[in-house]
Amino acid sequence: MSGSQTAEAVDLAEEEQLDNSRAPRMDQSQAVAEDFQSVAQEEYETHGTVTAEDPVMTVRDCNVFYGDAQALFDVNLDIGRNQVVALIGPSGCGKSTFIRCLNRMNDTIDTAVVTGDIRLYGEDINSKSTDVVLLRARVGMVFQKPNPFPKSIFENVAYGPRLHGLASNRAELDEIVETSLRRAGLWEEAKDRLDQPGTGLSGGQQQRLCIARTIAVNPEVILMDEPCSALDPIATARIEDLIDELSENYAIAIVTHSMQQAARVSQRTAYFHLGKLIEVDETNRIFTNPGHKLTEDYVTGRFG
Amino acid sequence: MAVASFVLGRRRSIATVGGYSSIRSLHSLPKYYGYYAAIWCGLPGLLLVAAWLSLSDSVITGRVVASLPEALRGSSDAQLGLLVNDIKNLAAGQFVNPNRAVELGAAAELYNSLQASARWILSGLIVALGLAGFLYSATRLQPDFRARNKVETVIKAALVVASTIAIFTTVGILLSVLFEALRFFQKISFTEFLFGLTWSPQTALRADQVGSSGAFGAIPLFAGTLLISGIAMFVALPIGLMTAVYLTEYASPRIRAVIKPVLEILAGIPTVVYGFFAALTVAPLLRDLGTSLGLEVASESALGAGLVMGVMIIPFVSSLTDDVINAVPQAMRDGSYALGATKSETVKRVILPAALPGIVGGALLAVSRAIGETMIVVMAAGLAANLTVNPLQAVTTVTVQIVTLLVGDQEFDSAKTLAAFALGLVLFVVTLILNVFALHVVRKYREQYE
Repeated sequence: MSGSQTAEAVDLAEEEQLDNSRAPRMDQSQAVAEDFQSVAQEEYETHGTVTAEDPVMTVRDCNVFYGDAQALFDVNLDIGRNQVVALIGPSGCGKSTFIRCLNRMNDTIDTAVVTGDIRLYGEDINSKSTDVVLLRARVGMVFQKPNPFPKSIFENVAYGPRLHGLASNRAELDEIVETSLRRAGLWEEAKDRLDQPGTGLSGGQQQRLCIARTIAVNPEVILMDEPCSALDPIATARIEDLIDELSENYAIAIVTHSMQQAARVSQRTAYFHLGKLIEVDETNRIFTNPGHKLTEDYVTGRFG
Repeated sequence: MAVASFVLGRRRSIATVGGYSSIRSLHSLPKYYGYYAAIWCGLPGLLLVAAWLSLSDSVITGRVVASLPEALRGSSDAQLGLLVNDIKNLAAGQFVNPNRAVELGAAAELYNSLQASARWILSGLIVALGLAGFLYSATRLQPDFRARNKVETVIKAALVVASTIAIFTTVGILLSVLFEALRFFQKISFTEFLFGLTWSPQTALRADQVGSSGAFGAIPLFAGTLLISGIAMFVALPIGLMTAVYLTEYASPRIRAVIKPVLEILAGIPTVVYGFFAALTVAPLLRDLGTSLGLEVASESALGAGLVMGVMIIPFVSSLTDDVINAVPQAMRDGSYALGATKSETVKRVILPAALPGIVGGALLAVSRAIGETMIVVMAAGLAANLTVNPLQAVTTVTVQIVTLLVGDQEFDSAKTLAAFALGLVLFVVTLILNVFALHVVRKYREQYE
């Protein structure tokens, strides 16, 4: 894992902060132990370190409402460069809602309202004046279920570059498609059947095709919403290797229900619970020495 | 009677096992024994009535005819038919030629008395059959008798009968059209009909009349039909498609809630109303417009009829397209948006290509509707069988000609009348092929995402 060395350095730097945050934790964890639902109503503070050293995206005080229901409460989180952030937590806790804020995909839901300060390289992306189309080209997304377009493999990958005019001629487009497929680890399997429909690939190949499609527009951040939940273990392992490689070039946020996966691919892990970001820290720390009772309960499998 | 046997059957079934307390030892619920008894009681009677009604009239008539004096009977079949009609009228107390009435009085009386006795026999038979059925079923009501399964079989049979009625009707229509069309093709050769360039179905009633031959080349009709349907599709396809795209992708739920019902109202307007809208409003408008542009527009133009027919088909196209666009999974849209596509790019490059087979299927169904549409073209397209592609001239369609050929007094063995059946057959075959093909395309598309 590429970030492990820096992780230790950050560990030391964080010791002091952790001391500060431990005091309220003891009080709170006792209260929470009574009834794990009650956390939703209480004042809370995110444990661990929400900031990243070299943040690509910063999120401050993010609230999301679906109609009258509030789905996210005052979430603060940074996504660092060349880093994988894993978002874990029980179903309906707001992980997907959170990453959908990062590329404004919540706009496609009529009733959704997103408030808060969300920045990509310091630039506010949650304002009315933001060009959503451009934003989504910079912040790519891979979905839970592979969703290749009913087009050829080539056209699937070429879709984004064509939209954004990234290639001025056919040769350039060919090159973009080839590099994207290579980086997604699909080139060897797909190079002889580029003109065949993307829907004819296996599930794992389809998901890698979707990843290739996403990196073809050369984004700065890649969001992944449970990218392996529809795949078998072998396909999952390939995608995980791929995520690891991709983190050398991109900032990645991945939602996952598999704690092993979070442990394998991420440098930082954020634990969400009922719309609140309970704890975010180095992945090692979250799984070995969590700062919050709820996180501990979740990662040790007591619920979720 | 059936109701009574239901009650009795139910009671008896309970009684066989010794009262409510041990109902569980029956194979089926008591009501199924009731249904079983009721079916045995009622169904044979119903079948008998059906058979009786279809046969009794000819039997009675036969006996009445047999009783007639030789002098009256010894004429041709047609005259005999008239005679029987007279007898029936007389028997029902309606007016009949007084001279005849005297001759036929006895026959009418016989007819009446036969009818009355037939009714009595029928009622008696029904009661007897019902009782027999009930008694038979009563003997079979044992605790381990599988009444529920038997009732299920009867229900299934009833449903099969209901569903085959539509099929038999279709087959019947097809056969009747086919045989009449064959009679037509005995008079006019098949190739002349399909490839002839003149359509002038006026045949003489008497052999020495002028213009007795008539011409039955259907090409001008096909051309007219194609022209008008083409104009209609030209109007309906883009507008319907764009409506559907707007409604599914852009419109807020509130706007959708307004537009959808309005479109359904449009679909509910009777075609006659469209017809006189075309003839009285659109056609004069087009003529005036044409005059002001220096064009000569016939007062019954293909354009007017086509435009209005197009408007009529819009809701049809838009609702079919609406369905297929909605069937495109949301994941496709998300995938496209997440790559930074705008709404219209997503529609153009992902949704429409994905929905294309379904849209084509819907369009084909719309074409078959346009071809079969009658009322608008009867009122607005004219009767002159011009072979032209100029939409400003009057043309005529297959359906219009069928109507004009069959309206009014006709002799049923002239080529003129039979031509209608030949046209009908062509129309039937064409729309059938279009429908089968379109439904096949639509179904194939549906499977893709399930």
